[in-house]
Amino acid sequence: MSARSELPWWANLVLIPALNLAAAFAVSAVILLAIGENPFQAAGIILRGAFFYGEGIGYTLFYATNFIFTGLAFAIAFHAGLFNIGAEGQAYVAGLGVALVCLTLGILPAPLVILLSVVAAAVFGAAWAFIPAYLQAKRGSHVVITTIMFNFIAAALIVYLLVNHLSPPGSMQPETRTFVENARLPFLHAVAAALGLSLPHSPLNLSFLWALICCAFFYLLIWRTKLGFELRTLGANPQAAVYAGMSPARLIIIAMLLSGAFAGFMALNEIMGSQHRMILDYTSGYGFVGIAVALMGRAHPIGIFLAAILFGALYQGGAELAFERPNITRDMVVLIQGLVIMMAGGLEHVFRPQLDRLMAWRRFGALPAG
Amino acid sequence: MTRQENPAAVELRGIDKHFGAVHANKNVSLRVERGTVHGIVGENGAGKSTLMSILYGFYQADAGTILVNGREVAIRSPAQAIAHGIGMVHQHFMLVENFTVLENIVLGAEGGAFLGPGLSAARRTLGRLKKEYGLAVPPDDLVSSLPVGLQQRVEILKALYRGAEVLILDEPTGVLTPKEADHLFAVLRKLKDQGKTILFITHKLREIMAVTDDVSVMRKGSLIGTLETHRTTPERLAELMVGRSVDLKIPKRRGRPGAPLLEVRRLSYVDAAGVERLKDISFDVCEGEIVGIAGVSGNGQTELLEVLSGMRAPASGEIFLHGKPLATLSDPRTMRHSAVAHVPEDRQRLGLVMPFVACENTILGYHDSPAYGAHGLIDRYAIRKDAFAKMRAYDVRPCEPLLRAAHFSGGNQQKLVLAREIEHDPDLLIVGQPTRGVDIGAIEFIHRRLVELRDQGKAILLISVELDEIRSLSDRILVMFSGAIVGECAPSAPEAEIGLLMAGVARGRAA
Repeated sequence: MSARSELPWWANLVLIPALNLAAAFAVSAVILLAIGENPFQAAGIILRGAFFYGEGIGYTLFYATNFIFTGLAFAIAFHAGLFNIGAEGQAYVAGLGVALVCLTLGILPAPLVILLSVVAAAVFGAAWAFIPAYLQAKRGSHVVITTIMFNFIAAALIVYLLVNHLSPPGSMQPETRTFVENARLPFLHAVAAALGLSLPHSPLNLSFLWALICCAFFYLLIWRTKLGFELRTLGANPQAAVYAGMSPARLIIIAMLLSGAFAGFMALNEIMGSQHRMILDYTSGYGFVGIAVALMGRAHPIGIFLAAILFGALYQGGAELAFERPNITRDMVVLIQGLVIMMAGGLEHVFRPQLDRLMAWRRFGALPAG
Repeated sequence: MTRQENPAAVELRGIDKHFGAVHANKNVSLRVERGTVHGIVGENGAGKSTLMSILYGFYQADAGTILVNGREVAIRSPAQAIAHGIGMVHQHFMLVENFTVLENIVLGAEGGAFLGPGLSAARRTLGRLKKEYGLAVPPDDLVSSLPVGLQQRVEILKALYRGAEVLILDEPTGVLTPKEADHLFAVLRKLKDQGKTILFITHKLREIMAVTDDVSVMRKGSLIGTLETHRTTPERLAELMVGRSVDLKIPKRRGRPGAPLLEVRRLSYVDAAGVERLKDISFDVCEGEIVGIAGVSGNGQTELLEVLSGMRAPASGEIFLHGKPLATLSDPRTMRHSAVAHVPEDRQRLGLVMPFVACENTILGYHDSPAYGAHGLIDRYAIRKDAFAKMRAYDVRPCEPLLRAAHFSGGNQQKLVLAREIEHDPDLLIVGQPTRGVDIGAIEFIHRRLVELRDQGKAILLISVELDEIRSLSDRILVMFSGAIVGECAPSAPEAEIGLLMAGVARGRAA
């Protein structure tokens, strides 16, 4: 008999993340108080910076786009029981693929460049995930170890390529030349302007829409297809998957390839949509935060979308906070984000036992005496 | 009665325990007299194990008190239970396999930083216990080298070494041959004669009748009643357990076996560690026949089941279906497509995905079928309808295709697996432990269903550690010992004869 009962779905999906978030903010408030800042004022600045004016919203959604991609990347492998913590490296290598397409084929018509870039992002990201996937499927090398190692290899590889081969002649900057106009993803404000609407300027671009499409695709794949059924079976009970005649090796490789492809799409947003050139360390931790996004979003696209908005808001509002309050440095903002990740990811189950007890009381009333 | 004047060895008063939504023990009061063997019976999930876990300090009761020798005590951990003289022998032994018997006995009671004195004290105590109870074990042998019966004896000695006056045995005979079980009963009687008190948890009524003085029946968390064993009958106990009268015997006509459907020839299997788990196995199963494989758990039955279902690759040998040899031997998909269905021994480990809802579980392994959706998509309406029909036909309760497998009781989970495997119309059904952890009502249903299937001309290979089940269902019985088939018996053969084969002492007629 299991001693742990199951909470109703709404408690699992809403109450627990909300409690974790509240705890993270409570600890942040204590730290802010300790350095002599007013936590409510700080919260106000973050909220206002993230949501209360057009440009701020644009930035929030721009950051959220990265988190949606890396969150989906972690989540799809997670459904198959795999911990892909290599989204960082996979996205980084995908950036190379996107840059190569944009640099060499930029003269093609824009829709074709975009299409080729999407393919390149998926293929390069998936290719970087393939080696750990193969080693896991055929040799049993744990993906947690191999994917994290591949992050370092990717970092070294890109530095080498940017410094020695991809930077324009005569430049000392470890980055490629800027893409031609044709090879840039249109900003949403530009698209809106073409349609006669006026949107505030921000780096938010078409890849945000692609991220929403990916969320829908993720949902259909995982819950409406036989492949998704097999992936979930592998994740929930690998032995039952063997019993049912599924091939775990095949499924591991498929899950990791899909995961790498989702991670790779981050390059569309950052490289093709905003930077318009390949730069060093463009992933700057989005791959890792994607793990927290996926866990907090319960590996469901709607949850991932909401968690991505939350983290996007923290990034954007946090930047405003650091700007407005000189006493609060950028590190302080990173600390708050870290606390959210810790409470939502690492300490996810902290409040579960208390909640369990509460639910039991709610259901049965007070316990019978004696 | 003079009994009532002395305080009971153990008395539980008003024990109540919830696990979330489950009310596992409802106001249970139980009195266990000193120097008796007290049986506790009940169906799976009746709350026997929870009650004993509360007594042994694994769980704390929400309400109620525990009295040991008439004094109220608080038991918050197994260590406190041991301090109050309560010992427990678990269904799954808590032994360190690569330690010696002696080392296992002092484990957790070493009595100092150095092992030497503790070990020699234990050796002396062991000698005394051997004299008093006839509990002989080789103190310097590795536990892993001992047969299961002796390992269990080590567990009993461990408890006695810690001064246990009350011994709880949780389903102690599940892993024993009939002969070993008889030995255990003899030991229990001797312990009783020396004044120890024994709590014996089982779901086997025969054992209750054989060894207990009193018996308490639990049903759905409540203690239904305590009876003196010699004044009751197995039928009466079964009725109390289930809450209605049950038919312990399945009506079964003589089988009319047809042509051989499954022919296994010289099958061997070697596991990853290089141990030969199946040795040169050959047998047939005909259409319209149930062939039972008897044997003590761990003698190669699991491996045979998993090789035949394609989950493990045999080292050598051939398998024929309908007289034709199978080309690929290690692919569960091929086996399913060849109309071989497999009900695995461990439904929670293999047969079901516990976090999945029922209708996802009823397509597991058959999910490729176009009936469940075309173009790689899942037709959610179709699988729900299909699951509902199957659950209705197999009386799965509750009949809710969207309920998670984990929320069904053991018997209903098993019915889900059976419904899935049987309703896909196999020619051969391979069944492992069809009624393990299943309540009596569901056992009756499952047995009837298997016999019906046989009468439709299907071939059934039945593997079970419940000898009673094998004998009542099978048309022929093969006995496995140490990876080989050591004999064949008729179901009417005396239990002692089958028991000897199971213990590997005798060789029966060649199969």
